[in-house]
Amino acid sequence: MGQLTSGERDLAGAVLVFMAIMGVAMAAVGGSEPLGIHGVMVLLCSVGLLFVLMSTAFGPAPDPARLGKYYDDPIKVGVGFTLAWAVFGMLIGVWAAAQLAWPALNFDTSWASFGRIRPAHTSGVIFGFGGNALITTSYHVVQRTSRARLADQFSPWFVLLGFNLFCLIAVSGYFLGVTQSKEYAEAEWYADIWLVVVWVAYFVLYVRTLARRKEPHIYVANWYYMAFIIVVAILHIVNNLAVPISFTQAKSYTIWAGVQDSMVQWWYGHNAVAFFLTAGFLAMLYYYLPKRAERPIFSYRLSILSFWGITFFYMWAGSHHLHYTALPHWVQNLGMTFSVMLLVPSWASAGNALLTLNGAWHKVRDDATLRFMMMAAFFYGLSTFEGSFLAIRPVNSLSHYTDWTVGHVHAGALGWVAMITFGSLYTLVPSIWKRERMYSAALVEVHFWLALVGTLIYVFAMWNSGIIQGLMWRTYSEDNALVYSFVDSLVAMYPYYIARAFGGLLFLIGAIVASYNVWMTVRTPNPAPSPTGDDLPIGEHAGAIPSAAE
Amino acid sequence: MTDTPHRKLERSATGFMLAIVAAASVGGLVEIAPLFTIDDTVENVKDMRLYTPLELAGRDIYVREGCYACHSQMIRTLRDDVERYGPYSLAVESKYDHPMLWGSKRTGPDLARIGGKYSDFWHVAHLSNPRDVVPESNMPSYRWLATTPLKLSNLPLMLKAQRTVGVPYTDEMIANASADARGQSAPDSEQSAGVSERYGEATQVSAFDGVATNVTEMDALVAYLQVLGQLTKAAYENTAAPEKMPDPNN
Repeated sequence: MGQLTSGERDLAGAVLVFMAIMGVAMAAVGGSEPLGIHGVMVLLCSVGLLFVLMSTAFGPAPDPARLGKYYDDPIKVGVGFTLAWAVFGMLIGVWAAAQLAWPALNFDTSWASFGRIRPAHTSGVIFGFGGNALITTSYHVVQRTSRARLADQFSPWFVLLGFNLFCLIAVSGYFLGVTQSKEYAEAEWYADIWLVVVWVAYFVLYVRTLARRKEPHIYVANWYYMAFIIVVAILHIVNNLAVPISFTQAKSYTIWAGVQDSMVQWWYGHNAVAFFLTAGFLAMLYYYLPKRAERPIFSYRLSILSFWGITFFYMWAGSHHLHYTALPHWVQNLGMTFSVMLLVPSWASAGNALLTLNGAWHKVRDDATLRFMMMAAFFYGLSTFEGSFLAIRPVNSLSHYTDWTVGHVHAGALGWVAMITFGSLYTLVPSIWKRERMYSAALVEVHFWLALVGTLIYVFAMWNSGIIQGLMWRTYSEDNALVYSFVDSLVAMYPYYIARAFGGLLFLIGAIVASYNVWMTVRTPNPAPSPTGDDLPIGEHAGAIPSAAE
Repeated sequence: MTDTPHRKLERSATGFMLAIVAAASVGGLVEIAPLFTIDDTVENVKDMRLYTPLELAGRDIYVREGCYACHSQMIRTLRDDVERYGPYSLAVESKYDHPMLWGSKRTGPDLARIGGKYSDFWHVAHLSNPRDVVPESNMPSYRWLATTPLKLSNLPLMLKAQRTVGVPYTDEMIANASADARGQSAPDSEQSAGVSERYGEATQVSAFDGVATNVTEMDALVAYLQVLGQLTKAAYENTAAPEKMPDPNN
C-alpha cells in the first residue's frame, strides 16, 4: 500500500469510513439477527483496514519511478487469499463428504449440518479459491500481455478486498442459515448488491488497463478474462433480482417463480461453470502454459474458434439440467443440442493446449508445474466430453439426481480448475517475488501426485456410486415391480461415500503442501539472477510475449 | 499474417466487449423470454391454492437448512420416477414458488408428493432423529426445530414481499398472517376457523409437533412437508395411470 498516492490514500480512507458507517447501520437495524452480525463483520474489516491505511498515511509520496514497473503488491496478497480459501473450502468439502458417510459428524448442531456447510464448501472453493485465483492472475496477465501497469493503485485493492468481503459475508451467512437456495448463488440481497459494486470496479479497472496497452493486439488470455468479467456480471444481476422482506432483514424472495425460475437458475448455474470456471481458467491456460513450456500457442485459428464457440454456445446449454421436468420440451431440446455442439470449441482449446506442448514433452516429464497444466488440459477435455454426454436426454435420465453429476463436476473442479490454478501459481509466485524458483521442487512433485490420485479416487468413486444408484432406481422385476426401495440404493452408496471423502482428503493435503511451499518460497531469500525476473519491461514496441504461431 | 477481420477486432477493446455481449446474449434471450409469454408454459388450473403463512414459514426453513441439496421436488416424466413418487410434476404446481425448489440431487428421495403420505407424528420423529425411523439414513437430525419458537412477527412482511413478486395474497391474508399461523397449528382454537376460510377447506389444521400451545419451527416445517403435492389436484387428472391423491385426513 506504500505506493498509493496521497489522493488515492484519501479516497481509500473515505471508502473505508463509508463502509464502517454502513457496518454500524447494518448492526443497528439487524440487532442479533444475521444482518446485524454481518454489520459487525463489515465494521471490523473496515476499521482494521483503516488502521493499516493510517500507518502509511503520513509516509513519503511514492517514488515516480514506480510507474515504470508493474504493480504487483495486490497480486502478492491475492496469492495468500487464494491459498487460504483453497484450504478452507476443501476442508469444509472433506467434512461435508464425511458427514454423508457418518452423519453424526455434524455434532448435532444447526450450523454444521450438511445443508448449511454444503454451500459453504461450494462458495468457498468456487468464489473464494477460484475467484481469488482469477482476480490475482488477471492482474498479472493483463499487465504482462499489455506491457502496461495497472491503471491506478486504489482499484486493484478495492476489487480484491471487496471481493473477499463478499466471500466472507456469503460463507459466514450459510452457517447462520442465510441463503436464497439458488445453487452457486446462495448469498442474500445485500451481499449480491455489494458484489455488483465490486464487479463494476473490476470491469472499469480492466478496461482502463487494456486502454494503456503498448501491444496493438489484445492477447487471447485477455479475451477470456473479458468474457469472464462481462458475462458473470450479466448472469449475477439477472439471477439475483429479489425483493427483501424488509431492509432490516437478510431474507428475500426472488422475483422469478417456478418454471421460469428453474430456467433462470440453470442459465446462471451452467454459465457460472462456463464463464467463472472455464473462461477465466482458460485465460490462465493460454498464458501460463506457453510461458512455462516456452512454446508459442499451437494455433491462433483454433484459439479464435474456441473462444467464440464457448462464448456463444454455452449460454444455450443450461436447460440440460432440466431434462424430463416441467420445463417445455423445446427448451430441453435446445439445451441438449447446444451442449453436444459445445464439445467442438471445448476440445479445440484442450487440443490447442496439448499440441502446444509438442516439442516440450521432456519438460512435462521433468517439471511437475508444467505437468499440472498438462493434466489440467487433459481433465478439461475429459470433463467437457462427459458434460456433452450427460446432456443427452436418455443418458441424463440415468445420471440426473445421482452422484454421477457430482463426479462430473469434480472431474472439472479438481482435475481442471484446481490443477491449472496450482500450475499457474507455481509459475506466478517465483516470478512475482523475484525468486529463481519455488522453495522445493520435490514438494511440487508430491503435490502433483496427491492431487492426481485424490482426483482419480474421488471421480471413480462417484462414477461408480452414480451409475449404481441410477440403475437401482430403475430396476424392475419380472412382474413389473420396482425391485429396490430408495433406502436400498442409499445403503449401496456408503462405501463410495467413504472413498470419496478419502480422495478429497488427499487433495486437501496437496493444497496444504502447496501453501507451505509458497510460504517458504516467499520467506527464503533466493533472488533470481536478473532483478526484473523474466518480465518484459513496460515498453514502447511489440515484443516477444507468448503470441500465437503465425 | 493477413489482417483478418478478427485481427482488427483484437485491436479494439470496446468492439471486442460488444461482440462478447452480443454473442453471449442470444442463448438466454431465446430460451428464457418466451417462457413468460407462451400461454402453455404454465397450465391454467382453478383449484391451485396458496401456501398458508405457516406453510410459507416452513418453506423458508426448508430453504434455510438447505434441504434442497439432497431432496428434489420434481418428478420427471419417467416410468420409474412416476411409479416411485407419483404423477409427474406439472409447471403449475410450482407457479407460486419463489424460488423454485426442484433440486438437482437425490441423496434422499424426491419430496414433490410427500404430503399426506406419512403422519405428522412420523415427520416429527424423523426430523428429530432420522435413524430412529430409518436406521440406514444419513440425514442430519433437526431436533432443535421443536424447541425453537417460530418468529410470527415476520409473517406479514413475508406475505407482503411474496405479493410484490406476484403471489396473490390479499390484504386480509397479510393482516391476519400471524393469527393464521397460530390457528393452523392449534385445532379447535378461535383462530383456526379463519385459516380454512381464507386458504380453503383443504387446509390442514393440526398440532403438527404435538403441542398446540406454541408455534415452533417444527410446526412450520411439518406443515410445509404435509402440503407438498397437495396444492392442486391437477396432476391426478387426465393421467394414464389414475391414482388417488393421498388424503391427509385418513
